[in-house]
Amino acid sequence: MTQKEALTEYLLRLADSDMILGQRLCELCGKAPALEEEMALMNVALDLVGQARNWYEYAAELIDDGRDADKLAFRRDAHDYRNLLLTEQPNEDYAVTMGRQFFYDAWHYFTLKSLVNASDERVAGIAAKALKEVTYHLRRSSEWVKRLGDGTEESHRRMQDAVDILWRFTGELITPDETDRLMAEAGIGPDPEQLKEDWRGLVKEVLQEATLTPQPDDAWMYLGGKRGEHTEHLGFILAEMQFLQRAYPDATTW
Amino acid sequence: MYAQLVETGAKRVKSLDEMSPEERAFQEKIDAEVKIEPKNWMPEGYRKTLVRQISQHAHSEVVGMLPEGNWVTRAPTLKRKLQLMAKIQDEAGHGLYLYSAMETLGADRDEEIEKLHQGKAKYSSIFNYPTLNWADMGAVGWLVDGAAIVNQVVLQRTSYGPYSRAMIRICKEESFHQRQGYQILLDMMREGTEEQKQMVQDAINRLWWPALMMFGPHDDESPNSQQSMAWKIKRKSNDELRQMFIDQTVPQLEYLGCTAPDPDLKWNEETGHYDFGEINWQEFYDVLKGNGPCNRERIKTRKNAIDEGAWVREAAVAYAKKQKQRAEAA
Repeated sequence: MTQKEALTEYLLRLADSDMILGQRLCELCGKAPALEEEMALMNVALDLVGQARNWYEYAAELIDDGRDADKLAFRRDAHDYRNLLLTEQPNEDYAVTMGRQFFYDAWHYFTLKSLVNASDERVAGIAAKALKEVTYHLRRSSEWVKRLGDGTEESHRRMQDAVDILWRFTGELITPDETDRLMAEAGIGPDPEQLKEDWRGLVKEVLQEATLTPQPDDAWMYLGGKRGEHTEHLGFILAEMQFLQRAYPDATTW
Repeated sequence: MYAQLVETGAKRVKSLDEMSPEERAFQEKIDAEVKIEPKNWMPEGYRKTLVRQISQHAHSEVVGMLPEGNWVTRAPTLKRKLQLMAKIQDEAGHGLYLYSAMETLGADRDEEIEKLHQGKAKYSSIFNYPTLNWADMGAVGWLVDGAAIVNQVVLQRTSYGPYSRAMIRICKEESFHQRQGYQILLDMMREGTEEQKQMVQDAINRLWWPALMMFGPHDDESPNSQQSMAWKIKRKSNDELRQMFIDQTVPQLEYLGCTAPDPDLKWNEETGHYDFGEINWQEFYDVLKGNGPCNRERIKTRKNAIDEGAWVREAAVAYAKKQKQRAEAA
């Protein structure tokens, strides 16, 4: 794998993960537990899809085969999608929604914090803008995990269930593969060991404050999103998200 | 117009001579265009009418997110998706802002929302129509936000200070939404395929009449209008506003290269206005009574969101209480 290939692959992971999580949050439109949450969820989703667009645009330039950002988002099928499995998991209840968000935000935050110093200026620029947004996302989702974990008996039970349900998808965030290692070596991506330590440290701290129990570090983990092997959910997400582009392939403008 | 048929509780407008000294001073202030502020004395009827109108308006913003939420997961490009998400976020913000304005009148947000879920409070009839193709996202922005702006621009001068200020802020964002909506349609008409052009015309055919209904019944069928006008809660009559909307919208329709589903729509040289056909009032009152295509679904979705979110809100309250106790103990 050349460095350019690795970078393209890496950009698609960032873009697809943002895009799919943004899509999941869009599904909650009009269904949030309070009007303030309605605004906040849409705000986070807006940030994520905006970031996805920036990453897609850069990826499209590197791929350079005539496809633009929209084609990458709306015309690739599940096996070409490189999002983290965590992001495609269904909304379920608000504990799962917020747990998913927190695990992702923690990974996203430390990843971007490293990417702002990337040797690739374009990556550093996109990351700098995104980091401001994600710093807020992480603060918000951490607060919610604490509120729900240390709220009522019911919210504690639901939040603990959410942690247990989602845990098996978190290993992927901190298990590096060849692409991750190449990006770290190139001075672009984060050092995998550091990322793992930072992510685990923060997650343990927040869960502890939330009176929640994490699962063991060596728990079985579901991997595959980064190489295009997804859970059954992604196909349906794309069927909905890509409907117009697929149903009207001749349309060049919308 | 996001408020239709707002009850004032008054059978007729009192003359200054019939009023108590307080009422008279109040009315004179209104007549002199002095804004009424939360701490000022106001007649109970004025307060209640405003609570009804502002809550209807707030409910409309919130219920209005649903027909758009129906397409936000299917928006065709990144740009359009981001625009629609931003618009929905604005609407949630308008809802919050309006509920706050309403609470300055002593009303309670949760209680008013409960009335909505019980079917006792109204919201704009337009949101009981389904959004069936992507062009509806353009047509809603252009026609629905367009109709809302015609009303709200006038409401910037409404007599109650907090409502007037809310309208000034909201109008800016609504104008932006309207232009965006029109652009969606224009792009599809200019550069789209035949199928896309058909989507646009189909959306207009379905939403044209419901958009005109947003202004409410004819003036002579609108018994509450007179009192609302005397209090300057309302500043122009339903028919006046509807005509303003038609006059500004028909040239835009022609520029699109589309038609309205109204054979009687034509320019009248004498009056300097467009003539248009009669609205199907039976349909209007049916939808208002709950018999529109989506009334049940819209209320059910909103009620479920709040009911199923109860444990989340309870947890937030419980956590805040614990935090406070911990801070005090420390």
